[in-house]
Parts: sequence; structure tokens; C-alpha cells
Amino acid sequence: MFEAEYDVVIVGGGPAGMAAAVGAAQNGAERIALIERDDELGGILQQCIHNGFGLHRFGEELTGPQYAGRFIRQVAEYPNIEVFLDTTVLEVTPEKQVYTVNPQRGIGRFQAKAVVLAMGCRERSRGAIAIPGHRPAGVFTAGTAQRMVNREGYLPGKRVVILGSGDIGLIMARRLTLEGAEVAAVLEIMPYSNGLTRNIVQCLEDFDIPLYLSHTVTAVKGAARVTEVTCAAVDEELKPIPGTEFAIACDCLLLSVGLIPENELSRSLGIEFDRRTGGPVVDQTRQTSAAGFFAAGNVLHVHDLVDWVSAESETAGRSAARYARGLRAAAGRLVRVEAGSGVRVVVPQRIDCAAAGEYIELYCRVASPERNLTLALTAGGRTLFAQRLPLAKPSEMATLKVPKDCLGENPPEAITLVVKHADRGEEI
Amino acid sequence: MNKTRKITCIVCPLGCEGEVRLDQEGNVTTDGFTCKRGLSYAREELTAPKRMLTTTVRVAGGDRLLPVVSDRPLPKDKIRECARLLTAVTVEAPVAEGQVICPDILGLGVNIIASREIKGAAG
Ligand code: SF4
Repeated sequence: MFEAEYDVVIVGGGPAGMAAAVGAAQNGAERIALIERDDELGGILQQCIHNGFGLHRFGEELTGPQYAGRFIRQVAEYPNIEVFLDTTVLEVTPEKQVYTVNPQRGIGRFQAKAVVLAMGCRERSRGAIAIPGHRPAGVFTAGTAQRMVNREGYLPGKRVVILGSGDIGLIMARRLTLEGAEVAAVLEIMPYSNGLTRNIVQCLEDFDIPLYLSHTVTAVKGAARVTEVTCAAVDEELKPIPGTEFAIACDCLLLSVGLIPENELSRSLGIEFDRRTGGPVVDQTRQTSAAGFFAAGNVLHVHDLVDWVSAESETAGRSAARYARGLRAAAGRLVRVEAGSGVRVVVPQRIDCAAAGEYIELYCRVASPERNLTLALTAGGRTLFAQRLPLAKPSEMATLKVPKDCLGENPPEAITLVVKHADRGEEI
Repeated sequence: MNKTRKITCIVCPLGCEGEVRLDQEGNVTTDGFTCKRGLSYAREELTAPKRMLTTTVRVAGGDRLLPVVSDRPLPKDKIRECARLLTAVTVEAPVAEGQVICPDILGLGVNIIASREIKGAAG
């Protein structure tokens, strides 16, 4: 068995893992192991060949592989980051042992002082949304189709219907059209799209692909292969409205119906989870409820921009390095951060006052699209901090830079983030 | 030529919705765009829309494709033709990121470049 000791062991070599490794290396971690199950670093970015990545981070629009390339080169600059490819993590123990398997080295055991969880997320599947009907071939998640088209060179179908208007679905609508397939329709169960406006315009409108809002697929037909899907309008409770059904002939149905943090490995650690994000509960340093275990990127909460994944993961890497070097102060007062009215998720879910800098950055998503709103941080009916925004959408994460001082000398046990509307006479 | 189009501005996340009109004399008038960047985007969308192209080309003997990107936006109405042309291209490994894969595609003055590195068979 391969055995080694490391300051920081990072599980996952996608954008989160790479940035965490760099963050750890820049902050004095001496031995860093970056473990990736694929045969190269970069994760999902390598199949996201479209451009639009990195505007915040690098001030230019890069393709996914270009964005990954920048971090791959950065990782290579640090000799103390050891990259383990083709290496699958089997188990992470509460004692910070990371068990792996690799075709050449066999079973491995990495003893870490600090662990960064950076496993990313996976797609919700047909089972997760329970579409009735037959089980023919030709039903794929949008990300699987993306891998087939962009890396392996296969078309998943010739006439395609896409359920869900998340960004991957929209991007695939354009991609399949450019590769010669016909995209018959994109259906979205919500009354608004979950994708970026830019993708609606450039991926659907440019190619005259119809988008049906408040519609869903109610049945899949076909014996060996999909031949047709039944679609219907939905009511306010998202239930199909009888009598509105219509059929679309197709040989392929793609599902772009959401992403779930991939926490299979973290479950055995006994750490606290947030039901809303589907990921671990963390403080602003991205430490989970177990000391020395950090999490960052989509394993923590699903991001829409990789730029924020990189920023968050550098924080996690830096924090892990400090922990491994014994520099982290004992936990101070913990303030719970809760998602209140109008807010779907907020990360971090708590603030460790002993580890807080001058500002604490809160990432949040609103529950529904809003214009002219105020995000207010409240405690016991008092507003501690407020920020106006011209627009917020569930699909676009908002960032709030909160000065630590607003928590006061004696910070409250819990603070709540809420959406308020000055123009509706709500007090702020 | 008279043209009117409703356009959603994509320059910033606000996503202003407006209208652009082109009259017989070639004057462009707009409504609904709240800043300069939006105005020039809307004008260009009506008169000469442009898009970046990303697609893949085959790698000889390789089991994976090479992702490529235009080094600058292309006229929107040439996007499909360019993509079609690139389906017939095969490159030899190794490939460096940024290497020109198809120079001056369709004579449009735009190069198609590799958006990642592909190592040679040995490496
Ligand atoms: S018009 Fe200006 S403010 Fe409106 S979306 Fe475009 S860039 Fe943004």
C-alpha cells in the first residue's frame, strides 16, 4: 500500500481543487496532495468549450479549457503540490486519512493535517425528477451530452428536446445546432429561465429555438429509442394542466434540471449539512463543523460563475494551510447566518468571530427574480447592514461584503439575511 | 430598408429590454437602453451582429477532440458556415494552446485557435 503524509490533502482536481492547492501553497503548506480521478486536471471545465469564463478573475472571456489551463500552469509552478491523477478517493476518515485507489499504485493512504473537500457537483437525473413513461434509450443529462459532443465526438441525437433552461441546457442547444442536430424546443417548468440572459439570446434566439416557459415533459414515449415526448403547461403549483398536452417528435431528451453537491465522501465525516445548499455548513474560512476539514466550490453550494469558485477555494486552501501549520486561533464566538424571507441560500452559514477579517463576504441567492431590492442583514428585528441592488435573480449569485464591525462588540447568536423592497414601503 | 427589432441587452446583468429601429435613410434610433454600452450593443445587433465561435476539431489518432475558439468575434450569419467547415479539419498532435488551427476562416480575417494543449503520443 502506498502511504504518505501531507500538510494538506485536496479531494478533487477541478477548478475548486486547483485553486485550493494554489491557495495552500501560497500560504506556507509544505506538502500538498491534489487528488483527481480523471487523467488530467481541470474537471468539468475541460468539456465546457464555450467562452465566457474568467471575466471577474482575469478581466477577459476565456473558454473552459483556457480557464483550466491557467490554473494547471499555476499548480505546476509549485513543486510542493503533488498531483495524483487517475486516483479515486474511496474514503475520508474523521482522523484525516484519505484512502485512494489507482491502477498502478493500488490502494493508497494519505495522512493529512488538513483536508479540503473539492468534489464538485453532479447533475440531477431523470429519477430525481420522476418523469413518467417508457425507459427508452436517448434520455441523457445535459452534461453527459456535453461530454459526448465536446470530448468524444458523438451526437446524442438528431432531433432533440431539452427539459430545463439552466445554462448547460442552453449551451447544449447551441452546441447541438452547430453540430447539425435540430433542437425542437427547450421547456422550463418555472415562469422564468434559470439561465443567463446572454445564453437565452445567444444560444436560443440566435437559432430560433423556441423556449416554453411554465411547461414540462409529462411523458416519454418510444420502445427502444425515444420517439416522442408529451409536453404540457403547468399551473402556479407547477402541476401539469389537463388539456394543454402536446407532442414533440424527437429521438433525444436532454435534462438540464439542476445540480447537486457531490457529498458522498463527506457524509461519513459526521459533519453538519445545510439542507438548502445540499453541502456542508461552513464558516467564512470554509471550515466545516469538523476542525481541519474545509470545503469549497460546487461541493459546498452550486455556483454559476467559476470565478467565484476559484476565489472561494483559494480561501479554503489558505485556511487549510494555516490550520496545518498550527496558526489557526481557537474558535471564537460563532454567529449563525440564516436565509430569511426572499433568500434561498446563504454561504457561509456561520461566522467564526476569532477568524474574521475586516470584511466577511456572504454569497447568496434570492428565491425569485427581483428588481430594486435591498439585501438586509438583521438580528432581533434590527438591521445591521443593508445593500441595495438594482436586480437579483435566483440563477445569479449575489455577493455581499459585510464589515465585521456591524456585528458589534457583543455579536448576536444569529443573523438573518432578508430581501426588502423600499418602494413597497418596507422598512430597511 | 426599414427594420425594427426588440433586443435584450446582454452587456451587463441588468438585461435592459429595448427596441432598435433602422429607417430608410439609414438612421438608427433606440428605446429602452439605459447606458452607452447598451446603445452601441443594440446598434451593432441590428446592423452587424457578431458572435464568438467555439467548437471542436478532430485530432489524428487521438481519442479526444481539440476545442477551438475564434480569436475575435465573427459575423453572426457566418457562424454556422464556419462551424461546418471546421468539422472537416483534423490536426496532428502535439498542439499548443493558442496555436492557429484555421487561419483567416472563410476570408473573414479571423483565426480559429486551439483553446487547450494536446500532448504528443509519447507525452
Ligand atoms: S443597456 Fe446598459 S445597463 Fe442596460 S443591460 Fe445594457 S449595458 Fe446594462
